[in-house]
Amino acid sequence: MKNSIFKIAAFMIIAIGGGYLLTQCGTSSPDKGGGVLSGSTAEEVFVAPGELDEYYAFMSGGYSGQMGVYGLPSGRLFRVIPIFSQDAEKGYGYNEETKPMLETSWGFIPWDDSHHPELSQTNGEIDGRYVFINGNNTPRVAKINLTTMETEEIIEIPNAGGNHASAFITENTEYITASTRFSVPVPQADEKIASYADKFNGVWTFISFEEEDMEIGFQILAPPFNWDLAHAGKGESHGWMFFSSYNAEKANTLLEKNASQLDKDFIAAVNWKLAEEYIAQGKARDMQVDFRNNEWDESTQMATSHTRNTVKVLIPEECPGLVYLLPTPKSPHGVDVDPTGKFIVGGGKLSADMAVHSFDKMLKAIENEDFETTIDGIPVLKYDNILQGIVKQPGLGPLHTEFDGRGNAYTTFFISSEIVKWKVETQEILDRVPTYYSVGHLMIPGGDSRKPEEGGKYMVALNKITKDRYLPTGPELAHSAQLYDISRDKMRLLLDFPTVGEPHYAQGLLASRIKDKQVKTYLLEENKHPYVTDRESRVKVEREGNEVHVYMTAIRSHLAPDNIEGIKVGDEVYFHVTNLEQDWDVPHGFAMMGATNAELLIMPGQTETLLWKPIKVGVFPFYCTDFCSALHQEMQGYVRVSPRGSNVPLSWRLGDDTGGADPAP
Amino acid sequence: MKTKLIFIIGALSILGLFWLPLWRITLDAPQYPEGVSMYIHINKIGGDTPGTLQNINILNHYIGMKFIEPESIPELTYFPYVIAGMAALGLILGLTGNKKLWITWIVILGILGVLGVYDFYLWEYDYGHNLDPNAAIRIEGMTYQPPLFGSKPLLNFVAHSYPHTGAIFLGLSFVLCTLAIFLSKSNKAEDSYH
Repeated sequence: MKNSIFKIAAFMIIAIGGGYLLTQCGTSSPDKGGGVLSGSTAEEVFVAPGELDEYYAFMSGGYSGQMGVYGLPSGRLFRVIPIFSQDAEKGYGYNEETKPMLETSWGFIPWDDSHHPELSQTNGEIDGRYVFINGNNTPRVAKINLTTMETEEIIEIPNAGGNHASAFITENTEYITASTRFSVPVPQADEKIASYADKFNGVWTFISFEEEDMEIGFQILAPPFNWDLAHAGKGESHGWMFFSSYNAEKANTLLEKNASQLDKDFIAAVNWKLAEEYIAQGKARDMQVDFRNNEWDESTQMATSHTRNTVKVLIPEECPGLVYLLPTPKSPHGVDVDPTGKFIVGGGKLSADMAVHSFDKMLKAIENEDFETTIDGIPVLKYDNILQGIVKQPGLGPLHTEFDGRGNAYTTFFISSEIVKWKVETQEILDRVPTYYSVGHLMIPGGDSRKPEEGGKYMVALNKITKDRYLPTGPELAHSAQLYDISRDKMRLLLDFPTVGEPHYAQGLLASRIKDKQVKTYLLEENKHPYVTDRESRVKVEREGNEVHVYMTAIRSHLAPDNIEGIKVGDEVYFHVTNLEQDWDVPHGFAMMGATNAELLIMPGQTETLLWKPIKVGVFPFYCTDFCSALHQEMQGYVRVSPRGSNVPLSWRLGDDTGGADPAP
Repeated sequence: MKTKLIFIIGALSILGLFWLPLWRITLDAPQYPEGVSMYIHINKIGGDTPGTLQNINILNHYIGMKFIEPESIPELTYFPYVIAGMAALGLILGLTGNKKLWITWIVILGILGVLGVYDFYLWEYDYGHNLDPNAAIRIEGMTYQPPLFGSKPLLNFVAHSYPHTGAIFLGLSFVLCTLAIFLSKSNKAEDSYH
């Protein structure tokens, strides 16, 4: 008997020990370099040829102004969605249809700096309708449709400088935020820069999203701090929006020192439901401004840029209870609300500790009027009365936090280049993993919503520096992302992949939410483009003064017409090319020799227009650029350009079909 | 009475052909992992998507095949009348209870069926053989007639041609009407014993 108990005990020790060793093998934190993808780790990210990824990841392109669409866990790049920057590959911002998308109150702007994608939500959960993203430099917000993965709307933000705390949304996508990182005179005026503290202001902008259309709902005037990031309350804190800031010092020069003096900066808690009431009461001022709202119409396949001239502005001093300031250790960067909506995490990037505020305590402090002071008419709550707890010395340079829905938080540390996992309720540190290198944001699919996908399975680190991680490419190196498994107690690095531009922030969702909703072709019969040519028998060329309109069609494997004569030097030739295909994955391209813009890349059923201004006499070719079919190389044509004032009549042909005057023999 | 009802249901079930396609031709190729399917109804030619017919025509034009244009196929105009007429005739004959007329109806339906298949063959032959002599792809001796029934490789495609869901109604019609005749026979036989 004794013997058998001894045997059982021995067996258990071996079993436990063996199990421990096994977990150690599985979780051994991989060093940089080899070993990461050895054994089972490789299998976990391997998506076999022909298989599909489990997740879509939408990663901002940072200073590329665009957004990359990736698959997880493979890290494969599928598409770069053109948003704020011209994209010659797709003709975006070059063709006549999309040029208005890039119009601003400053005129046509071919570039911006896109930072924070945010997926639309319903009841705090990802709903797979849209993804929004901010343009930082010339303040704008864009809306991208997730069934076409095309930019459908861009709205400019008036009264702002540096739209950084954007595009964060409320839990039913009632509003999308925009804000001002660089406070400016509001309204703009010729002021001394040294008058910053007195004459400058920030604004918190709430873009409404009624009937899936963005409008500036209202703005709230803010103290001239640098408004940095935002996140909406959720669940019980729904109705509030939190904006982080640095530069409570109100410095306007050498900010790296002068904006880093105070022990605490502020998170602003904005009661946007109360703002709606104040507006209903007529408390908002109508301010004269100038901004653009650019909208894409899928039926006409064209964008229109509308000028807007007024905006409603609320002044906190006139609206008691609208805004409170939450003191937060040193220059908080991210402000992140946990899935329950109870806790607000401020990543004090210059602080040794990290503050977690309690929403309940905040409400109590407001009720008890536990105010430290007032700044620009806004009450400052007492730090000790709103604090839930502190994550003690978690690392250096905390920036952003996301959540797994199981009560855990994951925070990035830029300076110590790592991600730390901690328990939200107790602020206890549970685990840490290195990143390669200098992580900024991180992304857990649904990790800033009420319900992270699959209870938090993957986490992506979005890094600024790669140094020795990939084959070097001269002085300019790729930025990178790292994929971690967070389904177990210990985080494990699975994959390391380079990205397009700067993967500033990202959002992810289960592919099953949108994969089967993808538009395959545009229906030709629904194409309401003013210059559509819906069948080959309707192709024609028309002259109006020096403007020539070519109604052209593309279908495998010819462009119609493919011989055009009677064009003269000095003409403005508009090629309106309709892709007659109604089959998935058969785009046609169109390129014209000497065109000073770009190519067209026309999806099935779509019409796009290229403007060409011939300046030389001769015969010049055009052709299809997208390898569409076996006879793609034959898909070509010629334009004959005659001297200015020539009397060569306008004519065109395709094979035996001719049009216009008798074509030249 | 029961046999009349069975015959009438049988005769009317051919009206299902107005709803579901009689035949399906599917083309498989590496670039078309889901296949391209054309559905032949008595009154129209359809596809998986509104663009399918155009897509098939685009593929076919490289080998010089004529465009498949439903408007130019007269059968699609008069077939519906034939089917509706047969259903109406079946209804009337069913009410008469005249077994000889019932047998005649089935024979007519059978003849029409055979003629229909022969007509289908002729169309296939025409599309497969009557090619544009100036087509981009010309292969000596090669014709592209799809199979009447079964599968056949045609250049990079494999064409599959089989009856589709509508054919079930046609089959049902034969089975029920034959059953009605059979039952009415045995009923009579039973009667004679009394």
